[in-house]
Amino acid sequence: MSKKAKEMTPETPWKEITPGGAIYEAGNAEGYRTGDWRSMRPVWIEEKCTQCMLCPPTCPDTAIPVKESKRLDFDYDHCKGCGVCVKACPFDAIGFIKEQDKEEQEV
Amino acid sequence: MAYNLKQVMNKPDRLTGGHRMCAGCGAPVTVRTVLRALQPEHRAVCGAATGCLEVSTFLYPYTAWKDSFIHSAFENAGATVSGVEAAYSALKRKGKINDTYKFIAFGGDGGTYDIGLQSLSGAMERGHDMVYVCYDNEAYMNTGIQRSSGTPKYADTTTSPQGTVLPGKMQFKKDLTGVMIAHKLPYVAQSTLTANFKDLYEKSEKAIYTKGPAFLNVMAPCPRGWRYNTPDLMEICKLAVDTCMWPLYEVENGVWKLNYKPKKKLPVIEYLKPQGRFKHLFTNENKHLIDDIQEDIDRRWKDLLEKCGENF
Amino acid sequence: MSIRERLSGNEAVAVAMRQINPDVVAAFPITPSTEIPQYFSQFVSNGQVQTEFVAVESEHSAMSACVGAQAAGSRTMTATSANGLALMWEVLYIAAAMKLPITMSCVNRALSGPLNIHNDHSDSMGARDSGWVQLYSETNQEAYDNLIQAIRIGEHKDVMLPVMVCQDGFITSHAVENIELLEDDKVKAFIGEYKPEHYLLNPEEQIAIGPLDLPAHCFEHKREQAQSMINAKKVIMEVAKEYEKLSGRKYDYFEEYKLKDAELAIVIINSTAGTAKTVVDSLREKGVKAGLLKIRVFRPFPEEEIAEALKHIKVLAIMDKAESFSAVGGPLGAEIKSALYGRAEGIKVVNFIYGLGGRDVKANDIDKVYSELLEILKTGKVKETYRYLGIRE
Repeated sequence: MSKKAKEMTPETPWKEITPGGAIYEAGNAEGYRTGDWRSMRPVWIEEKCTQCMLCPPTCPDTAIPVKESKRLDFDYDHCKGCGVCVKACPFDAIGFIKEQDKEEQEV
Repeated sequence: MAYNLKQVMNKPDRLTGGHRMCAGCGAPVTVRTVLRALQPEHRAVCGAATGCLEVSTFLYPYTAWKDSFIHSAFENAGATVSGVEAAYSALKRKGKINDTYKFIAFGGDGGTYDIGLQSLSGAMERGHDMVYVCYDNEAYMNTGIQRSSGTPKYADTTTSPQGTVLPGKMQFKKDLTGVMIAHKLPYVAQSTLTANFKDLYEKSEKAIYTKGPAFLNVMAPCPRGWRYNTPDLMEICKLAVDTCMWPLYEVENGVWKLNYKPKKKLPVIEYLKPQGRFKHLFTNENKHLIDDIQEDIDRRWKDLLEKCGENF
Repeated sequence: MSIRERLSGNEAVAVAMRQINPDVVAAFPITPSTEIPQYFSQFVSNGQVQTEFVAVESEHSAMSACVGAQAAGSRTMTATSANGLALMWEVLYIAAAMKLPITMSCVNRALSGPLNIHNDHSDSMGARDSGWVQLYSETNQEAYDNLIQAIRIGEHKDVMLPVMVCQDGFITSHAVENIELLEDDKVKAFIGEYKPEHYLLNPEEQIAIGPLDLPAHCFEHKREQAQSMINAKKVIMEVAKEYEKLSGRKYDYFEEYKLKDAELAIVIINSTAGTAKTVVDSLREKGVKAGLLKIRVFRPFPEEEIAEALKHIKVLAIMDKAESFSAVGGPLGAEIKSALYGRAEGIKVVNFIYGLGGRDVKANDIDKVYSELLEILKTGKVKETYRYLGIRE
């Protein structure tokens, strides 16, 4: 029975820690939210988006999910607000606002 | 099969979000594209040298790698992954493994051009069936932007700072791709992040699926160390290619091929202007140094065109 | 039915490796261990083993490739000496921390500088804090037996640590002596298959190893690693007992030679013990109660057992074929003295540095040691505790 990564906390005693610092669950970083790093926020303007797919590969954080050759809305749990996708979009279909202004945008 | 971005983006991501790389970093964009070239049913073991990529993607207890991953030290990504590949050969021969595994080592320019050069050279020379991808961000970024042999001439770094007497790094950038080509490997290529990622994707596919050792040198800009406006990652890469600072080419079994010839070759000043690490070159005392850079780039470009059988 | 042969220490180790038939061997040549990868690569060339031999370009890469291969799920071995061991220094620590049971032959040779290819123990002593299990061998027989046992010790689930088996360069590695080998199938049955729980090439479970480990977790990882070394002590004895049944040869943490009723004794490592035993014999004939303790297991350090074996001794000389440049003695000296503290404090102890850079050690030299111990016994005065044997003053 492999020891679970989420059980490895700063309280885990040495007898329960994974030997050698190994982790037995691939890609578990997905559970770590880097979205709170943001000070800027990309906004997907769906009406303008032609689904050209030029933005998803530019994301360092895999924060533009893709399904059946179409991009979906941003994964704000992981998006760090770098703005690379904003600049990469040829159709101005991604807005870029201050993170603190996001409530106003939603209204 | 012709490259189709929309199709290719359906392939599963093998590097997850939730890693700690800086916002806008070129390295994870590189890794995502390289891994995307794997066929989904094939397995991989990835290795990384100590550096930005490694410490940020595998910080205990989180790993952003969906494939098995190993890190051991700074200068031995080549040797470590060659050991994994040797184990695969041995176990496959004994009938203990049936799955197809591919082996990909990642290293920054620090762990590849400099301290890791020996281990890379050895691994490539021995002919292991593996790929080594260098994400070249042109300095030892993880430890605070110190110069590497991959740092371009006159760039400001923390161990080659621009000052009143010296204008930054005094040596030209090492041609590591050339060094690896001299190893006479089945496949060596230079790439970066282009708009539809066709260049890097196809080269990754070739590198992974060519039998034997392959080397990819990918320019991966660092917004912190290069001091450009973070969202401009793709634009910086485009300028690097259009000014011929970083040409896109490949050498497949000794045959040189230029992958991109800019319709309009831009002067290097266009590439240097948006980056803070070259800001000091834009003074009256220093602007002649830009000519120095231009001359070197032109010479290398001409040389490359000749090797690729292209006209200047 | 064992096989009688005449082999050098290097040949004996190479034969053991052939019988073990590891999955991967990654090695770089360095005198005097060079012959080991040479013999082994001949076995590979002739198809006598099914090993993937990786002719790496440096010792650092040798250990790195071993780390990669072992982590991938294969049984991996290598061999080196002196500066080769020093060059792989950081990776030794990494291999132990990553809990990888790599096995290595360390053919002891002096660490530079100056450059010297002859025997002393500065190399393996320098690696004593790396987390590797360390076994020392007086003869080709012990080197052979230790290497086979090393596989079982390292791969035991309570240990999972790398093991180095040491023997003296040139003196043991290149000298041909009689030896009894086990049959191939007996070795194969004894070591079994390598079955790690977690490994890179497991299609059922993808793992990540070698993390960046911040202060919140690193300490616990190191404690876990320390426990493995503690566990190794018991495992070493279990394996030795099993090996005894197979070979008829008995192994312990150390060898006691005419020690039980001795008044004067020396503690020593590797081949010089052989010379010393003949000196003990002639002293015994003269009525001197001389004895000897020869260390086999240095890591983990069997403190209690050593103290128990020595507690009745009146005057003790600890023989170090390495300097620790502590200005007070050598590495073995420090460890033995700390073992005696609180357990056998009445003993008068002297630490001799000897044989550095392959300086020949003859029976006369060992005889001198015992004479000095006799002097201390008679006068009750220890005088200098940090001495050099056979140096030209």
